[in-house]
Amino acid sequence: MNYPEDLKYTKEHEWVKVENGKARVGITAYAQDQLGDVVFVELPEVGTEVKAGAMFGTVESVKAVSDVYAPVSGTIVEVNEALNDAPELVNEEPYEGGWMIVIEMSDPAELDNLMDSADYQKMVEEGGE
Amino acid sequence: MRRPEPLIFEISKPGRKAYSLPALDVPAKSIDELLPQGELRKQPAELPEVSEVDLVRHFTRLSQLNHGVDIGFYPLGSCTMKYNPKINEYAANLPGFNRIHPYVPEDLAQGALQLMYELQYYLAEIAGMDHVSLQPAAGAHGELAGILIIRAYHRSRNDLKRTKILIPDSAHGTNPASAALAGYTVVELPTDERGGVDVEALEAAMDETVAGLMLTNPNTLGLFDENIQRIEKIVHDRGGLLYYDGANANAILGISRPGDMGFDVLHFNLHKTFGTPHGGGGPGSGPVAVKDFLEPFLPVPTVVYEDGKYRLNYDRPHTIGQMKSFYGNFLVMVKAYAYIRSLGPDGLRQASRDAVLNANYLLSRVRDYYDVPYDRYCKHEFVVAPLKIKKETGVRTLDISKRLLDYGVHPPTNYFPLIVDEALMIEPTETESKETLDYFADALIAIAKEAYEDPDKVKSAPHTTVVGRLDEAGAARNLNIRWRKPE
Repeated sequence: MNYPEDLKYTKEHEWVKVENGKARVGITAYAQDQLGDVVFVELPEVGTEVKAGAMFGTVESVKAVSDVYAPVSGTIVEVNEALNDAPELVNEEPYEGGWMIVIEMSDPAELDNLMDSADYQKMVEEGGE
Repeated sequence: MRRPEPLIFEISKPGRKAYSLPALDVPAKSIDELLPQGELRKQPAELPEVSEVDLVRHFTRLSQLNHGVDIGFYPLGSCTMKYNPKINEYAANLPGFNRIHPYVPEDLAQGALQLMYELQYYLAEIAGMDHVSLQPAAGAHGELAGILIIRAYHRSRNDLKRTKILIPDSAHGTNPASAALAGYTVVELPTDERGGVDVEALEAAMDETVAGLMLTNPNTLGLFDENIQRIEKIVHDRGGLLYYDGANANAILGISRPGDMGFDVLHFNLHKTFGTPHGGGGPGSGPVAVKDFLEPFLPVPTVVYEDGKYRLNYDRPHTIGQMKSFYGNFLVMVKAYAYIRSLGPDGLRQASRDAVLNANYLLSRVRDYYDVPYDRYCKHEFVVAPLKIKKETGVRTLDISKRLLDYGVHPPTNYFPLIVDEALMIEPTETESKETLDYFADALIAIAKEAYEDPDKVKSAPHTTVVGRLDEAGAARNLNIRWRKPE
């Protein structure tokens, strides 16, 4: 399993990458492996307000439909439209082409509540949530 | 891949017909004179043209490719795929029921109305509730009716701040869907280590913004919630109502009653608990039952008995409205009525006892080969998971389910409840013999061994079915369900 060190992680298995003060969000390699083949991703529209810890979309796999949660609060400024036609990107490139949204953060201090790569890896390997 | 049966469009030949009409004995009129221009097709519909014998053979062959409870064992957890006694079909085929028109005057429909009235009474008695509406067309539809009744109750008291519904994380997915459809925000409750509702989490979540709790008891783990009395007190003390999801009622008939547990509203699935078919044999039916204080909110119409006559009552000013055209799925009610009357109170109780016994017998036979996440006596169903097998061989629940097809049985429910990783949810129902249960247990045990000896055989299953392993992800990603005429 792959846990890039330049990302922050949530207990619900989302990752955050901070780029130019904005937060790019997706789900982790572990999350996509647990879900199995992703067949549909439902994301909000650009401009939607999100709150840290609140659901912002759903991922449907052959096994189940799961909610995805915003790691930080703010306004969505970009949505990965490519997932409409190619939801498999979430499985194939969870940390690159499978990204879901970019958030303009309202409170960057919330990033401090997230896990780093080592802590997240530890959580997953100990059985996690 | 060669398809086992062509589409009906592919056997079509111009001019073939499966009907013959007598010679016209009235003056012919052009369709243009009978219908306005805007209503007429410009191109004729491209319907398949086949002879009667080819039509019959096509659908008979398709039916032979299907699995059903009349063909083999069907332990699909939480779905209660029990055998549907044929006497129910006899009753539903009586012409007085089968050929009645929904607009027939009440005076000429007294038998049908009496059956509905008595079925309402039987279901209320079984549930420990006071009043029933037979209208909802299926389980989730019954849930929606029930949650709308809860909403109407709070609104009638001008208690408008209750915007949330509490639902355990083990619940059927229809529960949060029904609550959301009724306009509520869903708050998920965790499960404790015994497999029941986490009472401390309930304590923390239950306040004056909560309209109620939806609970399935026994739950989707097949476990009876031992804390139901504490749960009932917490919810009621703080002004909430309790909704009982009757999907698992096959465990409790004649033994315990949701009304006695303190529930205010519930739905039953006649197509699970009361022996009526799922799917192809007829639609579902999801009657709702309520305590007295919620009676004003029931859907219209209700069936009442006054002055020696049965009639439909539409004069219900506080009703949530009509949930379905006419009176619900009437012939399903006839089948459930026949089921209840042919088993009687003792027979229904015995059905639940046998359902619980069969589930515990199966669990005892497979527990040494599969992980059991909540290892207690179960009710009518139980959940196991091939966690050790997956770790050591890579064989997953999906593979085991597909391999079961090679043994001629329908797989259990897969990957549900969501709180159990790699869940296999098994519900044998009461009607299966010990030989059938042993055959299934032996198959599960054999597959557990195959996973170690020949894992590829399990991972590539099924091998003996007409169609092999399907690309389910591909099918979902590139949905193609429309036939197009070849160019």
